[in-house]
Amino acid sequence: MDETVAEFFKRTILKIPMTEMMTILKAWGFLSENQLQTVNFRQRKESLVQDLVLLCEKKRASLNDAAILDIVYTQFHRHQKVWDVFRMSREPGEDIDLFDMEQFKRSFKKILQRALKNVTISFRDAEENAVWIRIAWGSQYRKPNQYRPVYVVYYSQTPYAFTSSSQLRSNIPLLGQTFETHNSTTPLQERSLGLDINMDSRIIHENRIEKERVQRVTQETFGYYPQPRLEFAQYKLETKFKSDLNGGILAEREEPLRCLIKFSSPHLLEALKALAPAGIADAPLSPLLTCIPNKGMNYFKIRDK
Amino acid sequence: MSVLRPLDKLPGLNTATILLVGTEDALLQQLADAMLKEDCASELKVHLAKSLPLPSNVTRPRIDLIMFVVNLHSKYSLRNVEESLHHVDATFFLGRVGFLATGAGRESHCSVHRNTVVKLAHTYRSPLLFCDLEVEGFRATMAQRLVRMLQICAGHVPGLSALNLLSLLRSSENPSLEDL
Repeated sequence: MDETVAEFFKRTILKIPMTEMMTILKAWGFLSENQLQTVNFRQRKESLVQDLVLLCEKKRASLNDAAILDIVYTQFHRHQKVWDVFRMSREPGEDIDLFDMEQFKRSFKKILQRALKNVTISFRDAEENAVWIRIAWGSQYRKPNQYRPVYVVYYSQTPYAFTSSSQLRSNIPLLGQTFETHNSTTPLQERSLGLDINMDSRIIHENRIEKERVQRVTQETFGYYPQPRLEFAQYKLETKFKSDLNGGILAEREEPLRCLIKFSSPHLLEALKALAPAGIADAPLSPLLTCIPNKGMNYFKIRDK
Repeated sequence: MSVLRPLDKLPGLNTATILLVGTEDALLQQLADAMLKEDCASELKVHLAKSLPLPSNVTRPRIDLIMFVVNLHSKYSLRNVEESLHHVDATFFLGRVGFLATGAGRESHCSVHRNTVVKLAHTYRSPLLFCDLEVEGFRATMAQRLVRMLQICAGHVPGLSALNLLSLLRSSENPSLEDL
């Protein structure tokens, strides 16, 4: 293992308080349970760190593995950093982009590496469609400084990105540009309709054509990518009573009728997407439901024209 | 020919075919799998349909038993079954049709009242079975019952016909329903 990498490992592991050592190493996941058991965690910290670094060397840990350990440490100690929030604005008329995490990581890395000569970029996925990005900057003639990295936490389904304060303020606009460039074109990949084709030939689906139609309509409406996470939608109805029958007390009523419908779910849009394939609703769904990502609203007021 | 008629085709050798009609494909699929797991001397075939009428350009074997599956959590599934019933010939209801209601276990989710399906089954003079298809144990038991019913309807049980079975099931009905 390269001396600088070994030193980086040593300094990163030394940072970890003894009480958190096991938890963080487990979260890191590079060293297996068995390997961790071979180490004596009761010895003095310096000796423990030496043993761990030796283990990493034996397992041929790379700079990227060390960077990921650094990310894990920072995730546990996020409150010790000061974070800036950036909000990406959307040009009016721009379509909602379909987001693919792997594609994002690839193009983010490519763009930064093209712009800067010496830079280390590492990613770690986190909860809620978030990704932690660690960037260590160098310069044209210097290798990246691993001890002054910048962290960016990007929640992919929102326009927000958090960055840990950096001494190198000049690099922030570059990060902003990287996001912009990525968002411009993401080509849709051809995906085949993933139908549940039953392997047992004794079961025959009579409505196969209808099922295919429902799948197709659902894909056209909702797309192939995971839906943004939304927990509720509310529809307020204020319309006058309409009826084919003439007369009646309700028909004469001047005041509009008021009604409130609230949908709530741990993942509302995925639930709506699943309705037609599950046979609970007809496809296509009402545009009142499917327009939510397009319009970017989940509170609706429906009035008479 | 959009109406299903019983006994309008020659039976296949040792074959018994059941048609499950219901909107929730996943439940029907699971029930079908459970039925096919049963040890059975007859060759079983399970047809799944969301609704009737069935596509007409397909050759299919003679259908021995139709089970209409209603999910008590969904008015949509009830309406679907009600509309599909119009495409079944009256002679089918002599023991070759049954109703299966699922979801009764979760009372708070039910938007269809129990009595609604009871009345529906009574109107069509056909047996009504309750089973929470989402629960594996109940589903397996129901699958067993359906396989037995199917074998009888296909004529594979000597001495017992679909009509016999119907009158057997009928006699255990709640007598107060006759007043409806």
